[in-house]
Amino acid sequence: MSFRPANKSCVLLACGLLLGLVATPLFVHPSMAEDATAAAVAKPAPPATPACAGAVAAIPESDKYAAVPAVPAVLTNCTPNSGDTAWMLTSVALVLLMTIPGLGLFYGGMVRKKNVVDTVMTSFAITALVTFLYAAVTYSLSFTPGTPFIGGLSRAFLQGILSDVTNGGIGNPNPLAPTIPETVYLCFQMTFAIITPALIAGAFAERMKFSAMLAFMTLWAIFVYAPVAHWVWGPDGFLNSANSDAMFHVLDYAGGTVVHVNSGVAGLMCALMLGRRKNTGPAHNIVLTFIGASLLWVGWFGFNAGSAVTAGVQAGMAMTVTQIATAVAALTWMFFEWLHRGKPTLLGICSGAVAGLVAITPASGFVGPAGAMAIGAAVGIVCYIMVTWVKAALGYDDALDCFGVHAAGGATGAILTGIFAINQYGGTPGLIEGNPGQVISQLIGVGIVIAYDVVVSLIILFIIKATIGLRVSDDVEQGGLDLALHEEAVQ
Amino acid sequence: MKVVVAAIEPLQLHRARDALAWVGVAGMTVTEVKGFGAEHTEIYRAAEYAVRFVSKVKVEVAVPAHLADKVVAAIQEAAGGGRSDDRAIYVMNFEQITRIRTGETDAAAL
Repeated sequence: MSFRPANKSCVLLACGLLLGLVATPLFVHPSMAEDATAAAVAKPAPPATPACAGAVAAIPESDKYAAVPAVPAVLTNCTPNSGDTAWMLTSVALVLLMTIPGLGLFYGGMVRKKNVVDTVMTSFAITALVTFLYAAVTYSLSFTPGTPFIGGLSRAFLQGILSDVTNGGIGNPNPLAPTIPETVYLCFQMTFAIITPALIAGAFAERMKFSAMLAFMTLWAIFVYAPVAHWVWGPDGFLNSANSDAMFHVLDYAGGTVVHVNSGVAGLMCALMLGRRKNTGPAHNIVLTFIGASLLWVGWFGFNAGSAVTAGVQAGMAMTVTQIATAVAALTWMFFEWLHRGKPTLLGICSGAVAGLVAITPASGFVGPAGAMAIGAAVGIVCYIMVTWVKAALGYDDALDCFGVHAAGGATGAILTGIFAINQYGGTPGLIEGNPGQVISQLIGVGIVIAYDVVVSLIILFIIKATIGLRVSDDVEQGGLDLALHEEAVQ
Repeated sequence: MKVVVAAIEPLQLHRARDALAWVGVAGMTVTEVKGFGAEHTEIYRAAEYAVRFVSKVKVEVAVPAHLADKVVAAIQEAAGGGRSDDRAIYVMNFEQITRIRTGETDAAAL
């Protein structure tokens, strides 16, 4: 198996394509086709307001189509919207499938056979671990009001959930999702909290101690994920675009910064602290990776369209742009790899699709189909360059391209959200509608998350390295983690 | 009676099968194995790694003594080329062969 070496003309061609595809929607904007009086045309139907007997502050007109409604007073004695609830229940299942077994298989297929049990078990164990932490403390820290930097403990151990059931009402929903029961909302957010640490495993695969992994994930879920989720999605978060008091209004619909940049950067820190593997090798079963990537693609509808927290117009557009961006990114990667290395590969097209999913995540509630195409094309090329040339040049051993796909893809998507956001869809205009300030906000948001993540992840890693140690011994690494750490093997 | 054993590349198995059919061999046994010949490195996803074991396919053919040389030549032609790792064809004597279905031995079973 030998590959053609990289050549500069391929890079130039790619950059040209990239610029062309990204620039096209700048000239083909939907508003060009509309009349000057288009502003007077009726907007799409607003999301159903909850039927609550308790005090509810009016949702301001300008926020009606924002990703997260403005925080009203405490809601009590509410009847949930059954359509929204049914969809969100489904979304929980879809996003959970993304981690178990989606991510498990995606990563599992990419490692060598001697490490597949450990890789898959990591996903499963993180699911269990983070579920417990979430119910115990991190849901409260993320999604209850407190300070702009961290929430309170009013929902620690889920106290108070569905406490208000007087007079036939069904309870007090979280004002962030007023039309669904809070139990459903918390489970939905929990699946996000689960997949984010599971993504990090892609960076340290094949050489991290299982005990060290559990310790790292526990501390990271509490000290990194919970605060960052609060900043971007919490009712009083200082980066939340729907919080009128926010310091910066960062558009992040389903987690470009909270999930992907966050996990990617933490992954890079792990890769650097653990060091390079003694040796690598090709994927042992790409069909597992294909199954995992397919589960990720389908499950992502729950991730993005579910982030509408309602079942309606926003969810529909989120699903549409997700599908388009993913497909375009997969094709872009496939064709670029075909040009560069002579053959399209299954691993390549799956990686491209995942990169597209990652990039459209922050944008899904804010951009339209044309923007989705541009985002997909851009990230297909950016991430390909990251995992092929940048990784080789800088020399870090990001085993399964967690940083190259998730951090780079998430950052690309977050910044492009600032460009391609359309006011009619998500309530905020982007650069193509004459608002350059949003790009600045996006850059600031990404920068703050990266800086915090680097510092705290490194602190956690140093603590674990100094106490129980991070990396397995050479002998274990060469013989395979499965037998050494778990006494199980796949034939 | 000789058995000819060779580890060839999986991609060339079908050519080896056809070449042996031309020589007049009626059957073969194929096993998936791994091994290494010349140490070398490869690049995968922008990382260079030392190849420790390569997947190969082991072909075993039992033939009367006079066909052994022809079989070796056929395998060499069909499975030659490809990677530059060292691969070899072994020719070994064996004592007895019995067909399971009919109980025939030696020459009748080859």
